[in-house]
Amino acid sequence: MKKRMKEVRWHGRGGQGAKTAAFLLAEAAMDDGKYFQGFPEYGPEREGAPIKAYTRISDRPILQHDAVSDPDVVIVLDDTLLGSVPVTDGVVEDTILMVNTKMTPDEVVKKIDWHGGRVYTIKATDIAMETIGKPIPNTPMIGAFIGATGMINEKALESKISHKFLKKLGQEGVDANIEAVRKARKAIAEVKDK
Amino acid sequence: MTTATVKKIRRAFTGNEAGAEAMRQINPDVAAVFPITPQTELMHAFASFVANGKVKTELVMVESEHSAMSATVGASAAGARAMTATSANGLALMWEIVYIAASSRLPIVMPIINRALSGPINIHCDHSDMMGCRDSGWIQMFSENSQEEYDNLIQAIRIAEHPDVLLPVMVGQDGFIISHSLESVEVFDDEEVRDFIGEYHPKNPLLDTDHPYTFGPLDLQDYYMEHKRQQHQGMQNARQVILDTGKEFGEKFGHHYSNFEEFHLEDAEIGMIALGSTAGTAKVAVENLREQGKKVGLLKLRVFRPFPFKELVEAVKHLKGLIVLDRSDSFGAMGGPVFLDVSASLNNLTKKPVTRNLIYGLGGRDMKVQDLEKIFGMMEKTVKTGKGAGSSQYYGARGDD
Repeated sequence: MKKRMKEVRWHGRGGQGAKTAAFLLAEAAMDDGKYFQGFPEYGPEREGAPIKAYTRISDRPILQHDAVSDPDVVIVLDDTLLGSVPVTDGVVEDTILMVNTKMTPDEVVKKIDWHGGRVYTIKATDIAMETIGKPIPNTPMIGAFIGATGMINEKALESKISHKFLKKLGQEGVDANIEAVRKARKAIAEVKDK
Repeated sequence: MTTATVKKIRRAFTGNEAGAEAMRQINPDVAAVFPITPQTELMHAFASFVANGKVKTELVMVESEHSAMSATVGASAAGARAMTATSANGLALMWEIVYIAASSRLPIVMPIINRALSGPINIHCDHSDMMGCRDSGWIQMFSENSQEEYDNLIQAIRIAEHPDVLLPVMVGQDGFIISHSLESVEVFDDEEVRDFIGEYHPKNPLLDTDHPYTFGPLDLQDYYMEHKRQQHQGMQNARQVILDTGKEFGEKFGHHYSNFEEFHLEDAEIGMIALGSTAGTAKVAVENLREQGKKVGLLKLRVFRPFPFKELVEAVKHLKGLIVLDRSDSFGAMGGPVFLDVSASLNNLTKKPVTRNLIYGLGGRDMKVQDLEKIFGMMEKTVKTGKGAGSSQYYGARGDD
């Protein structure tokens, strides 16, 4: 059965912002005129514990409310999760994998026996440190996601970031996050067509 | 379908945020709050509206749900538009006062974030909490998604406060699945919503000391039964009021509501009854199977009390097979609560669909599109062979398949 939407699964550790990223991507999709869902998987919540969150994006209203079982994109915010949680669950041959790591895509493929589609690695924590000044990889990973998939418009994400974070982070914080998004998107775009 | 011209904006809301947004626009005089997962975020969001002066509500922080419902009953009896919200064990602890709210004819509206009752302890979705008080005299509605949570709460105020009804309403949304899931919600203009709800004129407020009334007196063999008969009538009257309110809401806001929604049901051979978020997932299963030429359809039950038995029979009587999904068990009964009411409704038909009941999704167990497609297939087989007809079974429990 052909899927009617795109589904993203986020893997992170409690405190890394997987849920925030899943929601932020969903909200950016809304500003891009699309339908969306964003939801975390709730278990026992502890800082540092592995958590999953999901984003669904579609051109038409999303009616289903089941869990995501065969994601189109898997995003891993923390490479210590590779090999310790099943990031390959439900992966099909064209599922894209994106990992925040210093490893190369080949090293990631070997480590987790990846059988899906393209693999992108990105030093999102470094980018976050350079731009935002904190080791929070989630906004750069959304930038990387846009670079790899083109699934939503970068401008929609940027305006969502300024709208959502201006009060909390100020203009400087907003600009830093937008810079992080741009850097990550560019880094992915450079390797995408190789 | 949408002809309404009311100003609306699209917002990204979780189910809890959608509930809080409806409460902001309703602007109740009093809200009693006590936290319980997964309801906590709804009242958390509403409490910040109170703190920021967005509403004029007096927020009463209480020490338990029993007190939350008691405070709501007290405020409502005094003449206030009063609300509270809870989940699962919180609703169970309110129990005694839940009945008193209904029998005192107090038009309280309460969002319920549906969660499995303990034990074993579980924070995820099923409908055992609301089904447990289906005979309490409250009107009960279930929401498929965040939009319906918002829409239903607005309508619930009108239904509860209607002079022919004067009964409390609980509006369910599936815990976590909806309450913590971010979705697109159309939010209507504040003024238009307030105009739709109207000003509240309590019938017999305790604070009207010029016209003193007694609430909750001893009522023995002499009059108890007459009061129950009136309560019964209020629930009967709610049937028409729910339909009228849904129609008026549709005309004004463009979202149309009835007792239930029919989805490809009219020409279907195999039908399914589901409520809450599963109904949305089932729509995708129906669409997929229709593409394969299967004549399947869905009846999404929105109003569970008063149970719309007459309309429901009309909507399903042409079916060859009808599978009823229950997200709670009625231990020792012929099936789950929805199945019992559906079976009783079909009782007087001479030619009725073959029925079957599945109890699923307890404690948040996932129900996938593929599961629902499989269930339609099961029902098709039951119609052909008669095997499983009239039965009630668990679906998706280990060791059972």
